[in-house]
Amino acid sequence: MTFRLNPSSGVPIYLQLMEQIKHAIEVGALRAGEQLPTIRKLSEDLVMNPNTVVRAYRELQHEGVIELKHGSGAYISESVAGEARVTRKAQLIVQSALERLMSLGLTKDEARRLFENELAMLRTPTNPVGGENG
Amino acid sequence: MADPVITTQELKKAFNGHYALNGLNLNVPAGSIFGFLGRNGAGKTTTIKLLMGFLKPSEGSARVFGLSSADPSAGMEIRGRVGLVTEDKDLYPYMTVSQIIGFARGFFAKWRDDLEGRYLKVFDLPPNLKIAGLSKGMRSKLMLLLAILHGAELLILDEPTEGLDPVAVEDVLRELVALAAEEGITVFFSSHQLEEVEQIADHVCIIDRGTSIIGGSLDDLKGQHQRLRIIFDRELDGPIHWVEGVEHVRQAGRTVEILASRNIDAIVSQARSFAPASVEQFPVTLKEIFLDYLRRD
Repeated sequence: MTFRLNPSSGVPIYLQLMEQIKHAIEVGALRAGEQLPTIRKLSEDLVMNPNTVVRAYRELQHEGVIELKHGSGAYISESVAGEARVTRKAQLIVQSALERLMSLGLTKDEARRLFENELAMLRTPTNPVGGENG
Repeated sequence: MADPVITTQELKKAFNGHYALNGLNLNVPAGSIFGFLGRNGAGKTTTIKLLMGFLKPSEGSARVFGLSSADPSAGMEIRGRVGLVTEDKDLYPYMTVSQIIGFARGFFAKWRDDLEGRYLKVFDLPPNLKIAGLSKGMRSKLMLLLAILHGAELLILDEPTEGLDPVAVEDVLRELVALAAEEGITVFFSSHQLEEVEQIADHVCIIDRGTSIIGGSLDDLKGQHQRLRIIFDRELDGPIHWVEGVEHVRQAGRTVEILASRNIDAIVSQARSFAPASVEQFPVTLKEIFLDYLRRD
């Protein structure tokens, strides 16, 4: 499993790492019970701060995505299998919405901006983007 | 979070009545990789000299490992436990790489013979070459090597990648990360290279004209800073008085752009209360934060 982080992006690096691990689970690259790299290995491979890896793993544990076992590392939770099904269902809804937008003649950029705008208008204090993290 | 390794409080240093440092507050957590950012002449090198006890503060305090840097006997202890790599790279030009390692070994009780071979290889330093014949980048790497080998608990690095090519920069960054991950060493490094700070630092402080402008966890700074673009379908009657957390506003015609440093949900709610046509939210890079804070007034 390789992760590609962009340290110069405005998105916090621990959030990028969390998103990529979740994405890897959604597409089946990581499965329930599988082990993630150790903090030391991941930080050296990606040349990133070990404390940032710790933070991403802790948040993922908090969300129930992974389990941290003392001394042996991080494992994908058994419970993520059900979430992966929900994600696939949601993916179908997004696909059909996109097809309808395209049939109205919208470009990809226009569709993306509409989604982002609606998300921004929807946002609640529980939205993690830009929220009080830590 | 463990006790801070470095703290300064309202640290000031004047040279001939001119304040090179004018109220610096730093807090470097143990085990962190801390990026100390600022333009040339912002006071970064003066801060490092004060931390090491090479200079006396005019006002305020600097503490390393809880010891006062201004106290001469504490200063001795600090210098024994810190690995310092400075810009001037003062070494003995007539010695070879292996001679200076042997020379330096004599001064430190906790010399790490176990790491010597590894770091000579990692930093690609030929043991028999004279220091006079080393490039600027090789001298930086040699100083970093000496700091690592003397068993430092804290590395203080003044622009450690200055003059290095991109491959050497990546080597140095990777080794700093490895030292933090494997040895639990705290790394405090000054730089004006935003990209390398973003890559490996978990905490940052930006200083300007001798004063800390902004600091803290890098991911928190990025998470809390957001840019909003609000577009209206009508002209606005005069400026809006924004709630707390708005750092910078640019209002042109029907578009308002905001840089927010916190309180983002309240700001978005306020924006929506004016019935805009759209509200867009963008993440903010460290570069944007740096430029925005340093270009004020």
